[in-house]
Amino acid sequence: MKTALGVSILAVMLFPLYWMLNASLLPSTELIQPEPTWLPIHGTLDGYRNALQSQGGHLLTSLYVALGTVAVTLAVAVPAAYGLAQLGAPLGRTLLFALLVAQMIPGIVMANAFYVAANELYLINTPIALILADSTLCVPFAVLILHAFMRGIPAEIREAAALDGASSLRALRSVILPVSRNAVITASLFSFLFAWADFLYAVTLTTRDEAAPITVGIYRFIGAHISDWNSVMATGVIASLPVAVLLVVAQRYVAAGITSGSVKD
Amino acid sequence: MRKLAFVAPAWLYVAVFYLYPLATNVRMGFQDFTVTSFYTGVAPFVGLRNYREVFRDPAFAGTVTNTVLFTAGSLLLQFGIGLALAVFFKRNFPLGGALRSLLLVPWLLPLVVSGTAWRWILETDSGVLNRTLLNLHLVSEPVPWLASTDLSLTAVTLVNVWVGIPFNMVILYGGLQAIPAELYEAAQLDGAGAWQRFRRVTLPLLRPVTTVVLTLGLIYTLKVFDVIMVLTQGGPADSSQTLTTFSYDLSFQQLAFGHGAAVGNLLVLVAVVFAIGYLRAERRTP
Repeated sequence: MKTALGVSILAVMLFPLYWMLNASLLPSTELIQPEPTWLPIHGTLDGYRNALQSQGGHLLTSLYVALGTVAVTLAVAVPAAYGLAQLGAPLGRTLLFALLVAQMIPGIVMANAFYVAANELYLINTPIALILADSTLCVPFAVLILHAFMRGIPAEIREAAALDGASSLRALRSVILPVSRNAVITASLFSFLFAWADFLYAVTLTTRDEAAPITVGIYRFIGAHISDWNSVMATGVIASLPVAVLLVVAQRYVAAGITSGSVKD
Repeated sequence: MRKLAFVAPAWLYVAVFYLYPLATNVRMGFQDFTVTSFYTGVAPFVGLRNYREVFRDPAFAGTVTNTVLFTAGSLLLQFGIGLALAVFFKRNFPLGGALRSLLLVPWLLPLVVSGTAWRWILETDSGVLNRTLLNLHLVSEPVPWLASTDLSLTAVTLVNVWVGIPFNMVILYGGLQAIPAELYEAAQLDGAGAWQRFRRVTLPLLRPVTTVVLTLGLIYTLKVFDVIMVLTQGGPADSSQTLTTFSYDLSFQQLAFGHGAAVGNLLVLVAVVFAIGYLRAERRTP
């Protein structure tokens, strides 16, 4: 009984996603019939062909930007979390608090300032600008989750490495990082998803279509082809694929990220 | 100090990527910063003129009202439905855990994607919502959900509720798990019914978590951008414009960066007020 109710709730909540998948497989002529087609039995892949043709470049840009964001985020967050959790760097609580508060600055405020800075540095329409801007969505979360994990690693492990003559950096690389593997994967996954999903920085820091990542690609695509819902929805499905893949491949890390608190704005 | 070498990059990062943009935006709010400023490098200081002009903007009053309605409506419904779902999923039943984690899927998708799906559902002529309402004879003609000035704010609020339910459910579910089962047993022994147990045990003990969820929800809801942009772009005729989309419109569509920055600063001010209230409430609860 309760399972049935639970399934119904889930069906209602996931309906928009099913409806997107459905429309992505139906020819446009069928989408404007008075009676909705509930199952894409006589489906077509035209939408996907159109989507890949017009959005392929945007998908690659998104991939590149998301991977770059992961790299920048880890480069800042891993040493910081290690210094705070294991080495007891001074003002640790202040830094964590600053990151917590920084997360709350409205994105539009940051976008305004990033646009001015990127303009001065000739970085508008470059992936670098997007990578740096997107990393601000990820660094606080990454430091918090890595710090929470590394605090739980007994100091003796690192001290043993130090007795063997390892420097702090060496201890991080060969002892702490391998032990923290799961936390690092979780932080990377979420950084990837945040950067992949970013729309605000993408739409403000790219003015040329070639430079735009997939979120802006879809946005402009609806603007230009509002009647072609088949292709629009196919693009949406393709843009969701990384999420779907990550959910399947790395489900337990996603769960770990979600339970560690408020992770998405 | 070697320890400092590890955290110094993070401090530098905070300074360059959060403090500096924030300071830049505060400064721009006092400058006549337009598109020519980018070429000439000149943006004269004009005191509070940007703020005066923004307050006098015909769209401003409506935007503030929209922001309050959008935020209050989103928070109330997200929290109410999220809490109901958390209570529901707290009882153990077959597949409960799997269903609960699948509920999170909408939350992980890019908002541009789910917003686009909703735009298709809410489409006036061929959207499935209107089709269904028409077939059930609940309405006599298609409802212009996104195209009418009366309905657009309601439509974007409801979609934003859909986006926020999983977040509320996860955090509240965690809060419910932390309430000791003995309390419910004791209340039951004292003859408390289900509703009384919910009111006298669940709600009071959930209060700290409630404060967190509502404050974070408020700060996040003020920032909502993607959903509104994809669904209505703040229109028609500013009927679904909030302070965030208004700031974007001023800066990046009208290229009045000084005005956009001023509205952004108002948002920061609101967020700061609530964040302080939140930290105070946090300190009072032991």
